[in-house]
Amino acid sequence: MKENLIELKNLPLGRTAKVKHLSSIGAARRRLLDLGLINGTVVEAMHKSPSGDPTAYNIRGAVIALRSEEASKILVELN
Amino acid sequence: MGLTNQSTGSSLLGNGTIIDRTSCSGFIIALSGNPNVGKSTVFNSLTGLNQHTGNWPGKTVATCYGKYKYKNKNFILVDIPGTYSLMANSAEEEIARDFVCFENPDATVVVTDATCLERNLNLVLQTLEITGKVVVCVNLIDEAERKKIHIDCKKLSDRLGVPVIATNARSKRGLDELTDAVYNIALGFVRANPLQITYDETIEQAIELIRPAVREVTGGKINDRWVSLRLLDGDASLLESLNKFLGFNIPDNSILRQDLKKARQFLEQNGINADQLRDRIVSRIISISEEICRDAVSFGNKQYNDTDRKIDSILTSKIFGIPVMLALLAVIFWLTIAGANYPSELLANLLFGIEDRLTDIFISLNVPGWIHGVLITGTYRTLAWVVSVMLPPMAIFFPLFTLLEDLGYLPRVAFNLDNFFKKACAHGKQALTMCMGFGCNAAGVIGCRIIDSPRERLIATITNTFVPCNGRFPTLIALSAIFIGGMANGASGSLVSTLSLTAVVLLGITITLVVSKILSKTILKGLPSSFALELPPYRKPQVGRIIVRSILDRTIFVLGRAAAVAAPAGFIIWIMANVRVGGVSILAHTAGFLDPLGKLLGMDGYIILAFILGLPANEIVLPIIIMSYMASGSLIEYSGMEQLRHILVSNGWTPLTGICVMLFSLMHFPCATTLWTIRKETRSMKWTLISFAVPTAAGIIACFIIANAARFLGLA
Repeated sequence: MKENLIELKNLPLGRTAKVKHLSSIGAARRRLLDLGLINGTVVEAMHKSPSGDPTAYNIRGAVIALRSEEASKILVELN
Repeated sequence: MGLTNQSTGSSLLGNGTIIDRTSCSGFIIALSGNPNVGKSTVFNSLTGLNQHTGNWPGKTVATCYGKYKYKNKNFILVDIPGTYSLMANSAEEEIARDFVCFENPDATVVVTDATCLERNLNLVLQTLEITGKVVVCVNLIDEAERKKIHIDCKKLSDRLGVPVIATNARSKRGLDELTDAVYNIALGFVRANPLQITYDETIEQAIELIRPAVREVTGGKINDRWVSLRLLDGDASLLESLNKFLGFNIPDNSILRQDLKKARQFLEQNGINADQLRDRIVSRIISISEEICRDAVSFGNKQYNDTDRKIDSILTSKIFGIPVMLALLAVIFWLTIAGANYPSELLANLLFGIEDRLTDIFISLNVPGWIHGVLITGTYRTLAWVVSVMLPPMAIFFPLFTLLEDLGYLPRVAFNLDNFFKKACAHGKQALTMCMGFGCNAAGVIGCRIIDSPRERLIATITNTFVPCNGRFPTLIALSAIFIGGMANGASGSLVSTLSLTAVVLLGITITLVVSKILSKTILKGLPSSFALELPPYRKPQVGRIIVRSILDRTIFVLGRAAAVAAPAGFIIWIMANVRVGGVSILAHTAGFLDPLGKLLGMDGYIILAFILGLPANEIVLPIIIMSYMASGSLIEYSGMEQLRHILVSNGWTPLTGICVMLFSLMHFPCATTLWTIRKETRSMKWTLISFAVPTAAGIIACFIIANAARFLGLA
């Protein structure tokens, strides 16, 4: 695995990154695909909920909240 | 959120219901779209049928339809569930797909969000794979213009090969063009030339391997290329639907089965397994969307979401997120409590004035006293009570809450609270179904369809009643004003009752989380499923429309329900109170029987009886209590909170009684409408009974502990 790949949940707020790998499977994976989250999609971490989880991401112009469980299965490369 | 006729069943189409084409003459138009793109507004604007709309994903939880006429032709517009995709990842996507695919609509309107077109095109392209009879409606165009997003509809239409109409449904902009385009497509005056998506060479070859057999089986009744692709993708629900709607049993067809096996082997040999196939299909569609948007959409200002971002950074922040949420809730309660008094008295004067006139008429006609008793002092007076005490708080609370909904605040509530739900092993969207429960628990239960996982949906269904619905609010408000706010003086009184009402709701949320957790560890074991929640852009609420609609809807609905439920209840109570057995009325006998239980729970027999008789509708619980206390079994005329307090206190109510009734009101069996809805949604008597038993048990335990602790400590 390349060194500059991190889990999406570790993406600092305000930073953008490019999706490199989805490791979720089945329904969870299809849900992410439906949101337009595929290889190469640019994602920005926007806000954290008051308790720190979930986090809202800007995905193709829509603001989508993902729990850390989901976000940890998405590997991204920092821009 | 509201309990409109559509959500209560009169015009609901169940899953997989086919509109009977023989009974309705007209062109069938499917209205599809991503969640939260203003689909319901388009629907309302075109049909005039009033369906509740709101600003959160997954609003349209059931299929509704309405009619309109254009150029002397009848059109039946069917509002199918909002989905991101037609790949049947959830029950709603299945309904949407089945409708577009098997109901053969004369046209499908795909409503898209102009501010987020690229993602919306995913659904458009998937729809085009099934049918070419499509009109794309680029809605919210005003909002896009404000954000300096320019959309070239001509170019878009050229690329997609179907008509594309820019609209702003709220201001009716573009709707004439939309109806015209639909007319032309439905009647075949315009022949669309839909964009055909081609996939990798390997996938195309695999499609061709099974397509002849598919064509043979389906006989041209359905797009065979698309069916082939879905079969390769292993879409089991499509097999079911093919069987259900068209009677094709694919697994029975040995040729097709063999071809499918061959095609799958072919894909495997070329290194494409099931997950990779899905990835490639989706990626291809997305990259086409990207490419089309690069061409047809331009951004004048890259930072177009800045305002929303700033608002969210406060409303969901660590410091302000939860306090702002509680403050908003409290403000709504305060406005409701402070604002309801005056209209209550006004209504009471009016309605009881009418009663006096009716009595005069009865006397002048020499009507026997008992008929007057049954009809006027029993039935009419109960009705008048329910309307004057219950209606004003509802008519104030409802539009205020709808305002928050319209702004787009509720998904932020779900965002803020999600972690609590995760810890309770429940779904984050349960916060949204709870919000719907504020309007009406039956609507909240139907709303649970937005939760895909069956386990988490059941948890949300069973616990929905812990959110006090609009029908219970007035009772809670009255009791908190009398027994908690009443201890403070004057203006601070309404402040105290506001705080206590907020506390009651917080308690309801806490109980919801605790019970969800308990359910997750016992009868509904499991881990939280995956979840993605969209936080839609904030929108300017349609204040005028909200006020008019919610007051009208609420007024008509509450009056209708009061007439249907409160009046007969008044009738029954009057009879029970006036028919005597052994010198004591039936009412007193029954209440006497229930009294030991009532006392154990800090209440009395009459109160328990009122909750039981209030099963059809929570609105009538308090009126029944009052009515039972009146020796004659009929209510006195309502003249204000002070009088209400007097009646209760002189019948032995203490602050403890008030608190226990509030607690039991918060936690007891759902009303009959809700139970009926749960039965329908879960299709299971077992879960309906559990939904009855769980909140009742919680209420009994809570009241028992509070009552006996207070007595033990000498507080009551």
